[in-house]
Amino acid sequence: MTVFIIRRLMQSVLVVFVMSFLVFGGVNLVGDPVEMMVSDEADQEERERVIRSMGLDKPWYVQYGLFVANAAQGDLGKSFVYGEQALGIIVQRMPATFELALAALLMAIVIGIPLGVYSGLNSESRFSKVIMAGSILGFSLPTFWVGLMFIMVFAVMLGWLPSTGRGETVELLGINVSFLTTNGLSHLILPAVNLALFKISLVIRLARAGTREIVHMDFIKFARAKGLSTQRVIMVHLMKNIMIPVVTVLGLEFGGLIAFSVVTETVFAWPGMGKLIIDSIQGLDRPVIVAYLMIIVLVFVVINLVVDVLYSILDPRVRIQDVKG
Amino acid sequence: MQIRKTLVLAAAAAAVSFAPQAYAQTLTIGLGTEPTSIDPHYHNLGPNNQIAQHFFSRLIEQDHKQNLSPGLATSWKATDDTTWEFKLRKGVKFHDGSDFNADDVLFSMHRGGNHPNAKSSFGLYTKGKTFTKVDDYTVRVTTAKPYPLMPVDLSSVHIVSDQEKDKWEGEYNNGKSAHGTGPYKLVKWVKGEVLEMVRYDGYHGAKPHWKRVVIKPINSAPSRLAALLSGDVDFIDQVPTVDIARLKKNAKVELSQGVSNRIIYLHMDQYRDNPQYMKSHDGKPLTKNPMKDVRVRKAISMAISRDLIVDRVMEGVAIPAGQLLPEGFFGRSSKLMVQKYDPEGAKKLLAEAGYPNGFQATLHGPNNRYINDAKIVEAIAQMLTRIGIKTTPDTMPKSVFFKRGKNKGPAKPAEWNFQLVGWGSSTGEPSSPLRSLLGTYDKTKGWGSSNRGLHSNPVMDKILDEALATVDDTKRAALLAKATEIGVGEDQGIVPLHYQVNTWAGKKGLTFKARTDERTVAYDVVPN
Repeated sequence: MTVFIIRRLMQSVLVVFVMSFLVFGGVNLVGDPVEMMVSDEADQEERERVIRSMGLDKPWYVQYGLFVANAAQGDLGKSFVYGEQALGIIVQRMPATFELALAALLMAIVIGIPLGVYSGLNSESRFSKVIMAGSILGFSLPTFWVGLMFIMVFAVMLGWLPSTGRGETVELLGINVSFLTTNGLSHLILPAVNLALFKISLVIRLARAGTREIVHMDFIKFARAKGLSTQRVIMVHLMKNIMIPVVTVLGLEFGGLIAFSVVTETVFAWPGMGKLIIDSIQGLDRPVIVAYLMIIVLVFVVINLVVDVLYSILDPRVRIQDVKG
Repeated sequence: MQIRKTLVLAAAAAAVSFAPQAYAQTLTIGLGTEPTSIDPHYHNLGPNNQIAQHFFSRLIEQDHKQNLSPGLATSWKATDDTTWEFKLRKGVKFHDGSDFNADDVLFSMHRGGNHPNAKSSFGLYTKGKTFTKVDDYTVRVTTAKPYPLMPVDLSSVHIVSDQEKDKWEGEYNNGKSAHGTGPYKLVKWVKGEVLEMVRYDGYHGAKPHWKRVVIKPINSAPSRLAALLSGDVDFIDQVPTVDIARLKKNAKVELSQGVSNRIIYLHMDQYRDNPQYMKSHDGKPLTKNPMKDVRVRKAISMAISRDLIVDRVMEGVAIPAGQLLPEGFFGRSSKLMVQKYDPEGAKKLLAEAGYPNGFQATLHGPNNRYINDAKIVEAIAQMLTRIGIKTTPDTMPKSVFFKRGKNKGPAKPAEWNFQLVGWGSSTGEPSSPLRSLLGTYDKTKGWGSSNRGLHSNPVMDKILDEALATVDDTKRAALLAKATEIGVGEDQGIVPLHYQVNTWAGKKGLTFKARTDERTVAYDVVPN
C-alpha cells in the first residue's frame, strides 16, 4: 500500500509538470494582459514600463524557464492583477469553496442514497416515480437558471434567505468557516442546494440502478433465507455493494465541485476559487490561472488516490498491488 | 455540540440586538467591479480610484461633474507660465494621527510615479514636474514648458502619509497601512467577499451621512439586482439597461442616472494601403484603402442613425454624440452637432469617392466591455450595409479583442481596420482623447497611443500643441474646441456614436449624485 501511494504521488509530480507546460503555453497564446491592466490614458512609455514590470518583454520560453525555476522553490509567481503571490490568493479563497463543495457532497449522500435505495426497492410505487421524475429535472435544468430562480423565489419573493455572498465567518482551526454561525448557514443553503442538485440526481440514479441489480443477487436471497432482518440486509449487504460505483463517481464529482463550481459561485457571488478563476481568465491574470490549474491537478490526483484506497476497503476483491503496478 | 449551540445563540442574539439601530447608519453597496488593491498608487483604474477616494484625499478634488474643488490644497495658482504654487490645508490629520504637510505631498507625488509594482502608474500625472517644498504648507511645482493641465493632473493623485515610506500594496490591502486623510477609514478587506469602512470623524471636508459602509462585490448583474430587490444591499451600480424599464415601475426602488464622460465611437484604418478585412463590393482585393478618403468616413457617419441605436439598442439610456465629450464639459465645441441620419447623402458621397457600389468590410468590437457593445456593432453593420458598405459584424471577448485591436505605431498597426471602442476622459476635458485618439502617433511625445486608425493631421496636431501650452483657460478652451472641430468634424478621424449613461439603483429614499467619471462613491449616496 505505501509503495503504491508513493508511486502514485511521483506520477502526479510528472502530471503537474506536463500540465504546467501546457497551461503556460496556452495562456501565452491568448490576449495581451497589459491591455487588460493599463489605464486608457497610459502613453507608450508607461505601457512599456508595465510590460517590463511583469516580465512580458522576454520571449515565452525564458518566461517559462523562470517560472519553473521559481516554482521549484515554491514560488508560483505574483498575480498580475493583485500584485500578490498567486498561490496565496488561491489558498485564501480555498476554505469558501471547500465549504460549499462539502456541503453539496453531504447533501448528495444524505439525500441521494436513501432516495435511490428506496426507489430501487420499490420501483413501482408512486413515490419512487416522483423521485425519478425529480432526478430528471435535477439533471437537465441548467445550474445558472436554477440559481437565479432560487434567488428570485427564496430571497426576493419570500425573503427567507439572503440572496448572495458569504455570511459571517468564525475561525475554526485557523480556517474561516461560515457554517457555524446562523448568518453564515443561511447564506450557505441556497448555493449549496444549487450546487448539490445535479449530484443528488446522479446519486439517486446510481443507487437505484445498483439496488435493482443487487437485490436479485444470490447472496441477498441467501441472507434473507438465513433469516436476517430486512434492515440488516439493506444496510449492510446491499449498501456495501452499491457503494462502489457511488464512491467512484462522487470522488470524481467532488474534484469537479471544487474546481468548477464556477457558475454557482458567480450567480451567488460566493467568494471561492471558481469565481477567482473566472475573474482571472477574463482579466488574463496568467500566474493565477497557471497556479490554479496546477493546484486543481493536485486535488484530482489526491482524490483519485483516496478513491482507490476506499475501493479496497469497500470491496475486498480489489487488491492494491504493492509490488508492481 | 454545546459550543456550537452557544455560538448559534450568541450570533442570533447579536443579530437581533444590532439590527435596529445599525440600519440607518450603515450603507451596504453591491458593487459590480472590485478594486485590485487598496494602495492608491498601485493601479490607475476606475474601480480602484473610486475606492481609494474614500480613504485618501487629493490636493484638488473632482466633484460628481468632474469640476475641480479645493481638497488638501486650499488654493493654487500659476505664478508664471512654468511655475505653480499650491497652498496646503492646515490642521489636517491622517487616520493614524500624524499631521499632514508638504512632505507628504512630495512623498506621494514621488511614490505615485515610481511605484515599482504599479500595473498602471500615476507617473502619467507626475512626470515632467519638479516638486519643491517652500514651507510646511506651500508646495511649488515647476515644469520645463508651460503646462496648463497641472490642476487636473494633480486632482488624480491620492495623498498618502510619508510615515509609510517602506510600505507597498500588500500592507495597504490588509489594512495595516491604508492611512489617508479621506472621509472613511478601512476596517477590513477580504478580496471577493467584503470591504468594510467606518467614517473618519477628523475628516476636513463635509461629514458624510453613513457611519459604516459595507461593500460587497457582486459582478453578475442579475445577482446584483436580486440582492437589491431582496434587501441584502441598499444600493447597486451598473444596472443593466434591459432592467431599467421594469425597475422604474417598482415602488421600492429609486434609480439615479447620469451621462458619463465615456464616448463610444468607431476607429477607421487611415494608414494601410491594403486593408486585410476590406474587399471590393464583388469580393476582390482592394487596390486602395477606401477609409483613407474623408468622403467615405463622412458617409459612414451619415449612414448611422444614432437615435435608433439609443432608442432600440440602448433602451433610451445613452445620448447621441457629435464630439468627444457631452455637454457641460470644458473645451467643447459649440459648432459640432450630432450627425443627422442621411442614407441618401451617404450613398452620394460614396459614389463621389469612387465607390458607387460600396465595398465590403468587417466591423470588429468587444462583447463584454461597454454597455450593449456587441448589439451596437450588429446594428451599425446593418445600417452600413443599407448604403452599400457590406459590413460583417465580428465581436469577441475583450481579452482577445484589445490585443488585436491595438496599434503599436506605423510599424505595427492595429489588426482590425474598422473597430468599435470607447474612451472615458478622466481629466474631464478633451485634450486627453485628442492626444491619444487623434494625435499623430509619436512615441516620444506620448501621442496617439490609442490612435487605432493611425489618423494624422499636422494642422490639428499644431493647434493641440498650442492648446497644451496655453495656461489661459479661455484661450485654451477655444483651441481645444478648434482641434476637435478639425479632428472629429472636418476630418472625421473617428465616428462618434453616443455617450454612455450610467444607472445606479437604490432603495426608495436613497439618491445618488450620478458621476460623470462612472465611479460609485458611498458619500454621494444620500437619503432624501
